Amino acid sequence: MIRFDKVTKRFPDGTEALKDISLELPARQLTAIIGPSGCGKTTLMKMVNKLENPTAGAIYIDDEPITGMDEVKLRRSIGYVIQRIGLFPHMTIADNVSLVPKLLNWPADKTDARSKELLQLVGLDPAVFMERYPLELSGGQQQRVGVVRALAGDPNIVLMDEPFSALDPISREQLQDELRHLQQEIHKTIIFVTHDMDEALKIADTIVVMKGGKVEQVGTPQQLIDEPANDFVRSFIGAERINQKRSFGERRLKEFLFLFDKDWAGEAERADAALAVGDAHQLLERSGKPRLAVVDEGTLVGFAGERELLRAALHVEKGAGV
Amino acid sequence: MNAFLDTLVSRQDMIQDAFIEHIYLSFVAVAIGIAIALPTGVMIARYRRFAEPIIGVTAIFQTIPSLALFGFLVPILGIGSPTALIALIIYALLPILRNTYAGIVGVDGSTIEAGRGMGMTRTQILRQIELPLALPFIMAGIRTATVLTVGIATLATFVGAGGLGDIIYRGLQSYNNSLVLAGALPVALLAIGFDLILKWIEKRATPKGLKT
Repeated sequence: MIRFDKVTKRFPDGTEALKDISLELPARQLTAIIGPSGCGKTTLMKMVNKLENPTAGAIYIDDEPITGMDEVKLRRSIGYVIQRIGLFPHMTIADNVSLVPKLLNWPADKTDARSKELLQLVGLDPAVFMERYPLELSGGQQQRVGVVRALAGDPNIVLMDEPFSALDPISREQLQDELRHLQQEIHKTIIFVTHDMDEALKIADTIVVMKGGKVEQVGTPQQLIDEPANDFVRSFIGAERINQKRSFGERRLKEFLFLFDKDWAGEAERADAALAVGDAHQLLERSGKPRLAVVDEGTLVGFAGERELLRAALHVEKGAGV
Repeated sequence: MNAFLDTLVSRQDMIQDAFIEHIYLSFVAVAIGIAIALPTGVMIARYRRFAEPIIGVTAIFQTIPSLALFGFLVPILGIGSPTALIALIIYALLPILRNTYAGIVGVDGSTIEAGRGMGMTRTQILRQIELPLALPFIMAGIRTATVLTVGIATLATFVGAGGLGDIIYRGLQSYNNSLVLAGALPVALLAIGFDLILKWIEKRATPKGLKT
């Protein structure tokens, strides 16, 4: 478990990146930290391995304050996946992956076995890839190696800083799926920084929503969608998902009737149940009314608001992901 | 043409001595230049605020015309090869220093942060990441310095340090074109030769993963 206790970070130029943050991140779960750029999410993550130090407050790993810990030792015990190409271009894949085990002075055969096992785990054949160089690999393959490298030293905690943001959408989704499956096997405490709400909803057990150096909400993906704590969280989830039409998919409203309310006293815009979820969302927006009255072959079958549509969208994604 | 060949044969010993002297001067100057500039370059890449002044000073030295620099040094150090060496070393500094600095500073920041985040110490980052990635630049600097030094070493004759400049100077004084050529040609060949060899080394120094 990682605990932030009243953590404040002020940079030399006076900007406050983090404002008095107290937060607990559960062990052996994947926690996504999400927020618009400049919200302090990366700074918060980098405090865990002391790449940034708090101006005030303290951070505890398993109830032990990291303040007094040797930073080099601490970092070797924590996996780190960096945004974009964090791989060392002049080293082979084998050398990249075995870097931390070597820093930890593991015996050569153990290092070698571990590297091979991990490469296999992410679907890269060691016989083919060990002696290659990073630039000979595709972006997706490189970032798989990046994940493997972070796991090589068998850390309990893994920090990931927008690891998939530079990838093309197809590789990104693949890697998200793989990470989710990987996590089901390894159960590490993963902190995953992202600005992509779809990504967070898809892979995280817990989501921390940040804005302007403060935590706006902590919850499971479902909680965030069901009960957004405030307008910011609501709009952040909504805006993101509207931008990413794919999450609404081409599925019809009538497939999600079980999610919709049966009664509604207020105003509602009439919508056909055959409408795609994405189009229905647009209709709702345009109408300016709080709900859609979903009609299937002349019969009123339910009422759907923004929240219900988001749930439907999440459903689409969960269904597609597995 | 025949006159030139005759000169080569008759003055063979002298030319050979001057040639060896020339290589000695250039080689020692570059070696000491590397010994000074490489660590300095590494240092100013780490403590960047010193970079500008230190590179600035070496750049000023570089702009002093070579003959004038020899002239400045003679009253202080007298005549002889130490004077010539010091002048040559001063000229070798800038290319090596600047390229070492630029090579290290040019290493992608995210690569270094990855190293830091994985628990590498500063020295490990320098030796395992920064230096290997900067090596092609450093080698290019050494190549420039070497070619430059071989050329300027021709002027060492004016401070009595010998070298192929001796032959050229003697030829000029005695209106002996063949002798001038017998000094100038080896200098040119030497510069081209060094350039080719160092270019080859530079290519070899490029980390394998960076070659496309």
